[in-house]
Amino acid sequence: MPLTSRVRGGALLGVAPFLAFTTIFLAVPTLVVVVGAFVDTGGRPTLANVAGLRQGYILDALLSTLELSLTTAVIGAVVGALLAYAVVTAAPDGMLRRSVSAVCGVLAQFGGVTLAFAFLATVGSQGFVTLYLFDHTGLAVPGDLLYGLRGLGLVYVYFQIPLMVIVFLPALDGVRVQWREATESLGGSTWQYWRHVAGPLLMPASLGSTLLLFANAFAAYATAAALVSQGSPILPLVVRATFTSEVVLGQANLGKAIALAMVVVVAVVMTGYAWLQRRTSRWVG
Amino acid sequence: MTPQRQGVAVRLEGLSRHYGAVRALDGLDLELAPGEMVALLGPSGCGKTTALRLLAGLEDADAGRDVVDGRDLTDVPVSKRDMGMVFQAYSLFPHMTARQNVAFGLRLRGRSSAEQRSRAGEMLELVGLSSQADRYAHQMSGGQQQRVALARALAIEPQVLLLDEPLSALDAKVRVQLRDEIRRIQLDVGATTLLVTHDQEEALAVADRVGVMRGGRLEQIAAPGEIYTSPATAFVAEFVGLTNRMDGVAADGVAQVMRARIPLLPGSVASGPVSVLVRPESVEVHTQRDGEAEVVAASFLGSLGRVRVRTADGAVLLAQVPTGGAGVLQVGDRVSLALRPVPALAVSRD
Ligand SMILES: Nc1ncnc2c1ncn2[C@@H]1O[C@H](COP(=O)(O)OP(=O)(O)OP(=O)(O)O)[C@@H](O)[C@H]1O
Ligand SMILES: [Mg+2]
Repeated sequence: MPLTSRVRGGALLGVAPFLAFTTIFLAVPTLVVVVGAFVDTGGRPTLANVAGLRQGYILDALLSTLELSLTTAVIGAVVGALLAYAVVTAAPDGMLRRSVSAVCGVLAQFGGVTLAFAFLATVGSQGFVTLYLFDHTGLAVPGDLLYGLRGLGLVYVYFQIPLMVIVFLPALDGVRVQWREATESLGGSTWQYWRHVAGPLLMPASLGSTLLLFANAFAAYATAAALVSQGSPILPLVVRATFTSEVVLGQANLGKAIALAMVVVVAVVMTGYAWLQRRTSRWVG
Repeated sequence: MTPQRQGVAVRLEGLSRHYGAVRALDGLDLELAPGEMVALLGPSGCGKTTALRLLAGLEDADAGRDVVDGRDLTDVPVSKRDMGMVFQAYSLFPHMTARQNVAFGLRLRGRSSAEQRSRAGEMLELVGLSSQADRYAHQMSGGQQQRVALARALAIEPQVLLLDEPLSALDAKVRVQLRDEIRRIQLDVGATTLLVTHDQEEALAVADRVGVMRGGRLEQIAAPGEIYTSPATAFVAEFVGLTNRMDGVAADGVAQVMRARIPLLPGSVASGPVSVLVRPESVEVHTQRDGEAEVVAASFLGSLGRVRVRTADGAVLLAQVPTGGAGVLQVGDRVSLALRPVPALAVSRD
């Protein structure tokens, strides 16, 4: 079939840049991590790196990372969902809706050094809000507010909320007014509508979005790297330490084992996300 | 079959509603007798949906009242009005099967699951969908979804049934079939019913009475035949069915048009030069070699045909002719015209 094969060839050509991109930036690094996790510095196969994951400081960092990710995901999801709901009910497709989407689109990607700097400049020990509050009210913002896990949580929530707004708006758009009106005409109260109709319909999207936020925080590196210079409270920073430490040499492959563990966690979470997304689209599509 | 129960009387009194500068409803008065089906018909934006939503309680009136079975419902919330609603499309709950959708109203009322199940089964049988009970909306055709929506609305044994363009999202064949079925079911359960539609054929085919709306008011309400044969205004005459505007002169309840004397309907302009609104079937066309008119277009629609003829003074008239008659008319044929003395409405010339 010359025609079909030509069409197929053309289609392949179209996705070639995408394939090249994912190969270079996703497949190759993953391969490096997977292979590196199971070899020693000399390149010989070993399980020592994976066994090394059981060390106390790594497990502590894992727990902290899970806690940080879960907390900021839940806070981000709840606040973001309420915000998205307010936007949809206030102005279905007006200016407000478009502005909020645009702003959230920017803020959700706003991370790393820029975000860290923005927070330091406002509530850091010399930040203008810190100084203003102290001068005018005598209230002192804790000097180490931003440097611990709490500080990271605060900063992460800043991009988690807009991300939730962006991923949750389409789900809310899928809820039709007729469903509310039909419920009411059948004798249902507002509570019954949420309990039996809107709640169950939005549940998969809410859970799915929360998982996405969780993965987003779990894998975030740049913001934490810019804020935390002392110690490695979370896994991405532990990985960094294994590559840069001058105290303990030859830990790079342990770092790869940690990275592999993180890939596994994110993969599991994202599988859950994809499954929930499919459930929603089955109803809506 | 005798109705399971009698419907209730419904009265809309002076209902008004505006949106910004738009007067969606402008003092609408409408009465429905118990068990009656009234169709609201009118051009887009004339306020049909607004009227239905006010009666449902989904919108608040600026002025006026809804009285159902003698009870003023104006301030009663939707959920306490006991009205079944069928929307244009996409109103089934997508996470519930057909049966669960139909049972939902009873579930909200806390009825036992046995009762929910048997009643939902009965309703699905009524709309001919027993075999689809376990399907989800996305597994059913548009027509099936609307049947389920109807079953769901009827399951709560509503006093009043409200249908807002329930067929307009369906294709022509399903539309005709389902409209007849809706009428059968409505007669069967005896619910007082308000049907909103912009499809005149649908309104004329199923309703006991048809209300023609214009600019937020009722222009005329009457039985389908009467709306067609005795339109009260030029708007009704021209909105429902086809008409010709022919020049004539009125006097003593009769208009002289061409060589014919046409009796005038009540509400006509009584004297002087008028435009008479003549239906195509009142225009007779005969082939005649030296006829005063010429056929300019002809289309045949099965048992009937329509032709456009140009008269000597340049006016173009639409006429309805039986097909299969002796001579089949063709473009270019010379014809003579005659008007049947069917009562018509006369209005002042523009
Ligand atoms: N929620 C609303 N906000 C603003 N204007 C509205 C709203 N609802 C209706 N209108 C306006 O009120 C008028 C009547 O609307 P309505 O929906 O009752 O018309 P309709 O007869 O049902 O028309 P259609 O055949 O197009 O459905 C229209 O001009 C419409 O634009
Ligand atoms: Mg409408």
